[in-house]
Amino acid sequence: MAAPDMSLNILDMQWLPDVGSKFRENLRTLGEGREFSYAKAHSLATSRLDLSQLHTFARVLSRQTDPGGDGSLSLSILSNATADLIASSVIATAPRHRLWINAHVAPFGTFATEALDAFSETNTRRDDFVLLALDYKGFNLTSCPGDLTQANSIVASCVSQVQKFVAAIREASGATVIVQTLPLAATSEFGSLDAQLPGTLRWLIQRFNVELCEAISSGVLVLDVAGLAQMVGLSEWHDPVQWNLGKFSFSQRVVPLYAEWLCRLIAASKGKSKKCLVLDLDNTLWGGVIGDDGLHGVVLGQGSALGEAYLSVQEMALMLRKRGILLAVCSKNEDVIARMMFREHPEMCLREEHIAVFQANWQDKASNLVAIAEALNIGVDALVFMDDNPAERHQVRLALPQVAVPELPDNPDYFASILLSAGYFEAIQFTNDDRQRADHYKQNAARRAVLGDSTNLGEYLESLEMEAYVSTFDAVGRSRIAQLINKTNQFNLTTRRYSESAIEKFESDASIIDLQIRLRDRYGDNGMICVVICKECNAALVIDTWLMSCRVLNRRVEELVLNLLVGIARQRNLQRVIGIYSPTEKNGIVSDLYCRLGFKFQSESSDGTHWSLELSSFSASSVPIKLTLSPDIELDESAGGIA
Amino acid sequence: MSREIYDELTKILRDVFDNDSIVATPDLDASQVPDWDSLGNVRLFLSIEMAFGVRFSAGEISGIDNVGDLVKSIENKQAK
Repeated sequence: MAAPDMSLNILDMQWLPDVGSKFRENLRTLGEGREFSYAKAHSLATSRLDLSQLHTFARVLSRQTDPGGDGSLSLSILSNATADLIASSVIATAPRHRLWINAHVAPFGTFATEALDAFSETNTRRDDFVLLALDYKGFNLTSCPGDLTQANSIVASCVSQVQKFVAAIREASGATVIVQTLPLAATSEFGSLDAQLPGTLRWLIQRFNVELCEAISSGVLVLDVAGLAQMVGLSEWHDPVQWNLGKFSFSQRVVPLYAEWLCRLIAASKGKSKKCLVLDLDNTLWGGVIGDDGLHGVVLGQGSALGEAYLSVQEMALMLRKRGILLAVCSKNEDVIARMMFREHPEMCLREEHIAVFQANWQDKASNLVAIAEALNIGVDALVFMDDNPAERHQVRLALPQVAVPELPDNPDYFASILLSAGYFEAIQFTNDDRQRADHYKQNAARRAVLGDSTNLGEYLESLEMEAYVSTFDAVGRSRIAQLINKTNQFNLTTRRYSESAIEKFESDASIIDLQIRLRDRYGDNGMICVVICKECNAALVIDTWLMSCRVLNRRVEELVLNLLVGIARQRNLQRVIGIYSPTEKNGIVSDLYCRLGFKFQSESSDGTHWSLELSSFSASSVPIKLTLSPDIELDESAGGIA
Repeated sequence: MSREIYDELTKILRDVFDNDSIVATPDLDASQVPDWDSLGNVRLFLSIEMAFGVRFSAGEISGIDNVGDLVKSIENKQAK
């Protein structure tokens, strides 16, 4: 591996710490322990591992049968090339992302029949994910330089081929399909003309990639292998020796990075991407120490090569904020002196208003990170911590292994690139909610400030002037519903995860009673904050899913939902509402929700505690939230409590 | 000189095949090492290329039958 401060090669994965010399020993202790430690597996996976280390690690993981945590995911890989080394690398990379993936490769050359035949082994396995790992050699992409009609027709038929595979797999197996963009070849037919002249291989592949991304249905994931190959470098990516030797689509030296990209995509679809970037200040956002060097002594900005490097870190942070990632500060400094930079230094592009939580004090960074997570109402495992000081990084990694702490080289020119290359904030969609997230936190700060002023909670809630909009599941809300279902961990009674295609089916399923709730208040629109899914069973309305965004806790939205569900149940002449609480590590805050809402404990079973509310004895409470219902929601108005 | 190559190969073989009983000798071949199949061979040669700073052609890789052949090939490449 290149020494960290000599060059930045994405293949070296320099944001991951070195694994050290005892990898196989550590692996042995992991594998032989009486109780398998997922925390240790995560720790071991969060280091730079080469192909053979990943292969050996995968062997150890495959011997464990009980994945624990969120459960295991199964992945089948269909490829026109040899993909076996990819499977083992994916298995071993998954723990880095707190996933457990069982990966399986279909036999060489069978990708088309495995996809199209409804009874193929792949389709009958009913995996969670199926990856179509096809390169340009897997398609009929024959170059036809200068023939635009033929070229367009070839591209269209290849895109249509992918869509057929996707449709067949979704129909037969229900899996989420992952398709790939195609890397260009490492050579050209003419040279510069290839980009311009329709029908060259370069032209065909570029057009294919654009049309694939446009045509692909929602609920299908795209792994941008074209982008990855460009970042690695096409001459590094392609290896004729390995193709000739064993039909490997790309140099297997790249497999650890490819597996990392794939795991990031799967993790993002499961809501496991990081949500907040926590920044150290001295020598991370500017050169020098503000406490010692003062405003005029620190190095930042135009006119200095070093200053430009630190400015690029700030610009990167601001870009992330624009796409919905929260920013926080964690620095060993006097609060007033640290804020002075944000308030007064002319070259700062980050200002106080961009920082959701500002922790500048002399306590240890790990405690501060915990405080930041609490202030933002997110898990500690949603944080990324960026600090130039290896000692601070080490302390945080030991105290809080769930926090992502990238290695940084000595050279700050590379800080921004390394942070972005680490891919902590992978996303599979970008919604208005994401766009506005950072501002929501600012609005929440305004709301909290008002709470401080009100003499009691009731007055405060009235002063918020809340309005709720309730409708059933629809196409417009679908991706946000999927995001909430897959990402919400705290206020989530049963933590049942559904894919976007399952959610799409609920929209037209008359036996499912589903609700999406948006909440506005005086300070702004909180967007969609609650999702409920119920079924009828034996004269009861059974709550399958009830989750809420932590942004709106303690607003009495819970009571509003209960009033609605009782109204719906009465309309359907049911007798009771049944709720289930399935305990997890993260949803302790709702362990007593049903009790607080007046349900009676019924029984305990493997899926948790069951609670029942007899409608005959229920009277609705009046809730300070103005309610608007979409016309397709039918409820008995005598449920009352509806403002 | 080839002693050093054999020592380095012992280390590489042990890491690649996760097997501390492997010793690189001229007659050692794939039939004697569990998991040294064609896929294991690719992993092995990637590690060898990184460690010794050499590159093999597809033909060379297919033509190497045992560790003795491998050492000769590495020595030839290093001599260039």
